[in-house]
Amino acid sequence: MADSQLAQRTRSTSSAGQIRPRFGWFTDRWIAISFLTPTMLLLLFISIFPLVWSLYLSFTDWSVIKDANTAPQWIGTANYFELLTDDRTWQRFVVTGQFVLPAVTIELLLGFGVALLLNRKFAGRGAIMTLLLIPMMLSPIVVALFWRFMMQGDGVLNYYAVNLFGIEPILWLSDRYVAPWSLVIVDVWMWTPFMMLISLAGLSAVPQYLYEAAAVDRAGTWFRFRHITLPMVMPLLLIAIIFRTMDAYKLFDQAVVLTGGGPGRFTQTASMYLYDVAFGQFNTGEGSALGYIMLIVITALANLLIRALNATKSA
Amino acid sequence: MTQQRESLTRLIGFWVLLGIVIFFFMFPLYWIAVSSIKTRAEVINRVPSYIPYAQFEPTLDNYTSVLLGTTIQSDTGVRASADLSIFRDRLMNSVIIAGSSTILAVILGTLAAYAVSRFHIRGESDLMFFILSTRMLPPIVVLIPIFLLFSNLNLRDSYPGIILLYTTVNLPFVVWMMKGFFDEIPVEYEEAAMIDGYSRLEAIWKIVIPEAIPAMAATAVFSAIVAWNEFVFANLLNRTYAATVPPWLNSIIGVGAVEWGRLAAASVIFVIPIVIFTFLVRNYLLRGVTFGAVRR
Repeated sequence: MADSQLAQRTRSTSSAGQIRPRFGWFTDRWIAISFLTPTMLLLLFISIFPLVWSLYLSFTDWSVIKDANTAPQWIGTANYFELLTDDRTWQRFVVTGQFVLPAVTIELLLGFGVALLLNRKFAGRGAIMTLLLIPMMLSPIVVALFWRFMMQGDGVLNYYAVNLFGIEPILWLSDRYVAPWSLVIVDVWMWTPFMMLISLAGLSAVPQYLYEAAAVDRAGTWFRFRHITLPMVMPLLLIAIIFRTMDAYKLFDQAVVLTGGGPGRFTQTASMYLYDVAFGQFNTGEGSALGYIMLIVITALANLLIRALNATKSA
Repeated sequence: MTQQRESLTRLIGFWVLLGIVIFFFMFPLYWIAVSSIKTRAEVINRVPSYIPYAQFEPTLDNYTSVLLGTTIQSDTGVRASADLSIFRDRLMNSVIIAGSSTILAVILGTLAAYAVSRFHIRGESDLMFFILSTRMLPPIVVLIPIFLLFSNLNLRDSYPGIILLYTTVNLPFVVWMMKGFFDEIPVEYEEAAMIDGYSRLEAIWKIVIPEAIPAMAATAVFSAIVAWNEFVFANLLNRTYAATVPPWLNSIIGVGAVEWGRLAAASVIFVIPIVIFTFLVRNYLLRGVTFGAVRR
């Protein structure tokens, strides 16, 4: 017994050096386990478990208000069937798509344009860059609040619409044709800096010698842009598009403050519809099913975009 | 000579374009800031004014009233429709909740990131993808079960509940960011220390952590911003005790006539920490906003 203890001791001292270090008994294996466990537990408990629970609920007709004291009734795929055959569901996804597509496109073009503009040395560049990055760091609630202040009937935007351009005041947030575009404008204000930041990273990574070689060959500006700049920046732009698309698809906060889904339901996004089904009508099961439909749509979309990314990387 | 003139016109064109860009992105910020120092009458004046002292007499009443919770004697005789005096409490909650959840997330996430970065773990890439995927979900999808879970555990409208939730929201981000940073710290540093007789824990504490402090600080700032700005969960789960600023701002707008001057002051106060943070982490921004996917 004493022998084996001694043997162990010798081994632990010899492997770690001359002196037996403090906490030497805490082996790498135990460190790995104890470092990872709290994170994994929290993720399992607050991310994964709710997700599984919600999958189960999506196959029931349970309501958190009406059936608070009864067990959920299994109804199979009825919720999914009902949602997918309901025009309202499709309408919400159309509203979401009509927001995501123009918003991300404009942000990409504008952000890339501003990046081209800023991609040179000039006085105050650092300060201006940092200023331009502020919008995307703000809370969507605050951003929406600022814009609601400017876009209201007698707000500053309408003052100039009337006095500078001589047109009728615009119902930015309550006209069914204008309101969706107001959401796009606000999103463009908030997220163009993100596209700019990533584009700038891509632009500054293009090796200078490529341009020099092109200059030797007397290549035109457009040729240089089309055949050097764009291919080099493309992978980063696609990463930016993936991030923005997935984020814009979740649109909720800004729209709640700006339009509240109105006028009528013309700006009610999929997220807002889910909120309404789950916490307005308290159809918990149906809301969960809608959540899963949203999840499937965004996963498919993300996969498509990632495939496009891998294609440009390997090309 | 011609070339010089051409470059001059290009230079002017450059500054004009830049001016337009700066104007578009800065105008809303300036407008809200300038509105926060206007009197009630000046705020609702339809003709916009921009320059304090020259165009209008500035006042700090909006700030003192939202911070001290006093009501302004309204000059129209109409009583304010919404109660702005609880802003202080909401702000205090925001500070406590964003602060605690950030500290927790950075500590736990850094430990996990170290383990993933340094040890051979079976299915490491699957593990990292699993961690990432929990963040990519639209939060609205887990909103229902989180609501039920928190109701059952009596965690709604409580500090522990919302702090744990924000910690979990930020953990994937912290793990990904810190793993990226740890991968860049040479393993040889610790190995040398361990040959000198340090245990691994001592090596982590005395060698690795000091090396990783700037990265941890940047990661913390990004996590704090996420928690500070969060609306969806806060709005659904919290009513009074743990209610933060964003849902409160939203609720104020819903109530009849809005006192924009005071609301502007409240949002300026709420936004100032974010502006300071943005300046602090400007060199890490790219990495931060892309989850460490783009490094520079």
